[in-house]
Amino acid sequence: MSVQSQPIADNLFTWPAESPELLGSRCRRCGEHAFPAQPDCRSCSASDSETVALGNRGTLWTWTVQSFLPKPPYAGPAEPEHFIPYGVGYVEMPCGLRVEARLKPNTPESLRIGMPMKLIIEPLYRDTDGNDVLIFAFDAETEA
Amino acid sequence: MDVAIIGLGMHRFGRTQALSGVQQGAVAVRAALADAGVAWKQIQFAYGGSQDAGNADALVNELGLTGLQFTNIWNGCATGGSSLHAAYAAIKSGEYDLGVVVGFDKHPPGAFNPDPAEWGLGNWYGEAGLMLTTQFFAMKIQRYMHDHGITEQALARVAEKAFYNGSINPEAWRRQALSQEEILASMMVSHPLRKYMFCSPAEGAVALVVCSEKIARQFTAHPVTLKTAVVRSRYYGSFEVFSPSQAPVVNDAPTQTASRAAFEQAGIGPGDVDVLQLQDTDSGAEIIHMAENGFCEHGEQERLLRDGATRIDGRMPVNTDGGCLANGEPVGASGLRQVHEVCLQLRCQAGARQVPGDPRVGYTHVYGAPGVSGVNIVTR
Repeated sequence: MSVQSQPIADNLFTWPAESPELLGSRCRRCGEHAFPAQPDCRSCSASDSETVALGNRGTLWTWTVQSFLPKPPYAGPAEPEHFIPYGVGYVEMPCGLRVEARLKPNTPESLRIGMPMKLIIEPLYRDTDGNDVLIFAFDAETEA
Repeated sequence: MDVAIIGLGMHRFGRTQALSGVQQGAVAVRAALADAGVAWKQIQFAYGGSQDAGNADALVNELGLTGLQFTNIWNGCATGGSSLHAAYAAIKSGEYDLGVVVGFDKHPPGAFNPDPAEWGLGNWYGEAGLMLTTQFFAMKIQRYMHDHGITEQALARVAEKAFYNGSINPEAWRRQALSQEEILASMMVSHPLRKYMFCSPAEGAVALVVCSEKIARQFTAHPVTLKTAVVRSRYYGSFEVFSPSQAPVVNDAPTQTASRAAFEQAGIGPGDVDVLQLQDTDSGAEIIHMAENGFCEHGEQERLLRDGATRIDGRMPVNTDGGCLANGEPVGASGLRQVHEVCLQLRCQAGARQVPGDPRVGYTHVYGAPGVSGVNIVTR
């Protein structure tokens, strides 16, 4: 039997999808976006928002590298000897919103403010039922 | 009516296996009472808090059951600042004229691991490994260095100063001076921040005795005046810790709004300040906070640090006791340690780390999760 997979939480990204996109919300009153989607607007306090796709391309606004194993509730592999550093950054989406995400590039040499990024969906851990739990992340956009 | 700080007490920061957080709080309160020459039974009210070490009002079991009004405060990293603000307001209002403010904590070693649900966030955010304060501070200074030309050398200079100040502070946790070379050779924790550029969660306690200025001279010939105590949360559009997304619009950070309000209320400006404490969760935070509190322009820090302006003998001494870097961060106590230190400096009782020139105005600034800042201004 093949391994099943499921998103880590509902409404973070379109799934299953040929070309997954991040999901957020847009306030119908003031037009500001939020990620993750939320019913109330952080900008104008209205409660009139719609879920919208935020796209799957952006540029890197800032970054760091997580070089040590986080404590729980971190759900990735728990053994320090198996820990692989991962990048963390804010990626500016076409609507201007900057979304915090794990980054595939995980060395200072491979990360640069302003670099183009593309969304990927990857397994974070395998749950107790044997399902892969999926998280959104960004990888460097390779030149066409 | 002005508010005076007449008693200072501390339980040394660091690790104290034998004492609980509450017990360390009791040590600090007793020390502050002794410093003020006040008995616990005279105290009319108290505000206090901790993040991980229990309810502050449990202190009455140690100090005595006197029936006073004791209110627990929990407000993230601004817990101490919020307790002091509450005491300030209680005295200003005329309801009380003698009280205690206390903060203490006892954190396990290693980075904080907050529960996302307690901060209004989905569990996925913590499970994905995105909810670490270290990451936020690294990403904020990474962008700041890019925008304002701050170098890695400047990060090292801040840490070098902190550990030097710690080395001459008998109460500091970290008492070994470190060279810039040692700091720059330490392990990279979260690029661009290295091991010796980060403070560590710790233990410790601080207490202050506060009173109405009209009775202050009954207790001491040298009261310090708490001119203002301000706490501000974040605006839409400021870049804050624990934010899964950040708005494209740019707005003032809570540090900027708290600082501006504090200067306005005190009727003074940054140029009037003689000794200051700025939140130094990491070297980068101290650099950013120099500008966000109005003490320089963005980018000017590079030159100021090169010139030694923030050293004890500089023109704007910052974190004279070694700050969070040399003292660690017990969240409930950390903001009050800052006030304790500037009061000691204004009383000219800071020993080897005393700033020269008869300081008269002190400034303290705390910043932390979830995007909250507290600023206090004290004078004599």
